[in-house]
Amino acid sequence: MNNRKIEILVGGFICIGLAALLFLALSVANTSSVTNGETYRLYGKFDNIGGLKVRSPVKVGGVVVGRVTDISLDQESYLAVVSMDISGRYKGFPESSTLSILTAGLLGEQYLGLEPGFIMPGEDPESQILTDGDTIQDTKSALVLEELIGQFLFSQSSED
Amino acid sequence: MLGNGLAALGRNGTNIIMALGQSGLMLFNAIWALPNFSKNAPLVIKQLYVVGVQSLAIILVSGLFIGMVLGLQGYTILIGYGAENSLGPMVALSLLRELGPVVTALLFAGRAGSALTAEIGLMKATEQLSSMELMAVDPLRRVIAPRFWAGFISMPILALLFSSIGIIGGHLVGVEWLGVDVGNFWSVMQAAVDFQDDVLNGVIKSLVFAFVVTWIAVFRGYSCEPTSEGISKATTQTVVHASLVVLGMDFVLTSLMFGE
Amino acid sequence: MSADNIVELKKVTFSRGERVIYDAIDLHIPRGKVVAVMGPSGIGKTTLLRLIAGQIKPDQGSINFDGQIINKMSRPELYEARKKMSMLFQSGALFTEMNVFDNIAFPIREHFDLCPDVLQSMVLMKLNSVGLRGAAELMPSELSGGMARRAALARAIALDPQLIMYDEPFTGQDPISMGVLLKLIRQLNDALGLTSIIVSHDVSEVMSIADYAYILANKKIIGQGTPDKLFKSESPLIHQFLAGEDDGPVPFHYPAQPLEQQLKEIFD
Repeated sequence: MNNRKIEILVGGFICIGLAALLFLALSVANTSSVTNGETYRLYGKFDNIGGLKVRSPVKVGGVVVGRVTDISLDQESYLAVVSMDISGRYKGFPESSTLSILTAGLLGEQYLGLEPGFIMPGEDPESQILTDGDTIQDTKSALVLEELIGQFLFSQSSED
Repeated sequence: MLGNGLAALGRNGTNIIMALGQSGLMLFNAIWALPNFSKNAPLVIKQLYVVGVQSLAIILVSGLFIGMVLGLQGYTILIGYGAENSLGPMVALSLLRELGPVVTALLFAGRAGSALTAEIGLMKATEQLSSMELMAVDPLRRVIAPRFWAGFISMPILALLFSSIGIIGGHLVGVEWLGVDVGNFWSVMQAAVDFQDDVLNGVIKSLVFAFVVTWIAVFRGYSCEPTSEGISKATTQTVVHASLVVLGMDFVLTSLMFGE
Repeated sequence: MSADNIVELKKVTFSRGERVIYDAIDLHIPRGKVVAVMGPSGIGKTTLLRLIAGQIKPDQGSINFDGQIINKMSRPELYEARKKMSMLFQSGALFTEMNVFDNIAFPIREHFDLCPDVLQSMVLMKLNSVGLRGAAELMPSELSGGMARRAALARAIALDPQLIMYDEPFTGQDPISMGVLLKLIRQLNDALGLTSIIVSHDVSEVMSIADYAYILANKKIIGQGTPDKLFKSESPLIHQFLAGEDDGPVPFHYPAQPLEQQLKEIFD
């Protein structure tokens, strides 16, 4: 086997290796991850976050706009503080937006649903928009199955 | 009895530490100095052919079959929960995170690692390494270093190919044969697989495995008894040690990368 | 160190594990001569060559090669010194993955950046001197034992060394290739102004071309001198070795208790 043939084969080997990487990057993985690139950070406080995890998606109408970056407990109020990075492409959510913890399907992963609010007419629209470091006031905690059942039983017994 | 046990433990301990020291020194001497590219590149290319290109067939065939088995098994389990749409991420994640790097490393140890050990061992037994030393050519640089680099470069490439062809195998079984919706298969997979977390971490894993497997292979060959018995023993040791180290390190790496 | 000696060993002691191989031996190799080192098998004659080449280090004593002390050299110095010596291994040790031409060209390519024409003519000259110019394209596996050793010899002289060490060059050779090798060793030594050390136990062949000979046994040098002087030696040990007698100072029996006593113990 002469050298030239070996060189060509090795070149081909490296090329198909790169092709495999490209295939994995483009068709298998999601590289258009929303949190690559410019982001801004928002916070939300919850009584109960249920099964929410770091890296869970933040969705608006089903479209992923950001990801949870950190979950911690506020030592004073004992509320869970969720920080999330929202893609810089999606700006201008009003301050009155609602943040709720939802579940994908019956047994699926939990994610944050962001429901855009409205802008009060007549006031300065700039001051009503969420920017880096703001906290969303209106939050709905996760549904916990035990609490649901408890409420159901309570309402049943009060009807009697 | 207790004394004997302690003595055996101590002997094994010192042996292991000595082997670690010697192999570290060997690797350091082999790859520390800056390579002379015009002279060494052809050697590395030749070894890439031997170590990489010649391992392609076994890697591609095993990857295809493992992907097909994953598709079949995953389907039969997931259909019970009505979750057959999750077949795509199941196949892709198991391949990218675990099976791609690990099975490639195991096959590589069996196919290329044993061949490296046997080749270097034979060169030692037939005094080729000694005669090289006497021609004032350092066998560590001339023989060991190109083989080490070739192994280190080719294993991640092989692992990427393994995962890719495995995913295609999963697609063949899941979509073409069992009838999972093609759009769901790929889109759910894309939503679940992250390039950085899954693909790149898999590549990092296989770089680590490439390092240890090739290191073990060249060291076993370089340090073997220069007899036919010694070579066969060294070849077996390469496969056994490399496989065990790969599986052990896989757990450590997985817990570092994917554990909470 | 006298300038006439290319290699000088002074009080060299070497042991492998518990076993002492050499006990304070002195040995000198005069420049330009063919020197034979003989002795019974398993006495570590090859070890002597490895000591001179610096592949192993003695426990005590000094090994002087061309004015430098081999066992005190740093790695780069040692590699520099090795360019001036070469060794013909028992097996030939040709690189199995290259053909004969590339084998001879290997040391030249590694150390010098020559243009292909010069390289080719150099290699062909070396091959011509061992009579293998026609076998340049063959692979080592296609050569007979004698041809492989001649090819290895051509490779050994590729860098024009000052010293060549032959490790058992005659074992397993038929009479014709033995004759060829003997002639080549003598011829190359005289034509290229080399110094040769031949380690062997083929007494009559080596003695026929050697200028000087050492006989090693029992960790010591038991005799030295020109072949004539050695053949006339009175020492029973030298006599036993040169004549190949089965019993004498080197006993036929490995040390053991007397046979009668051992048999008696078995049957008691």
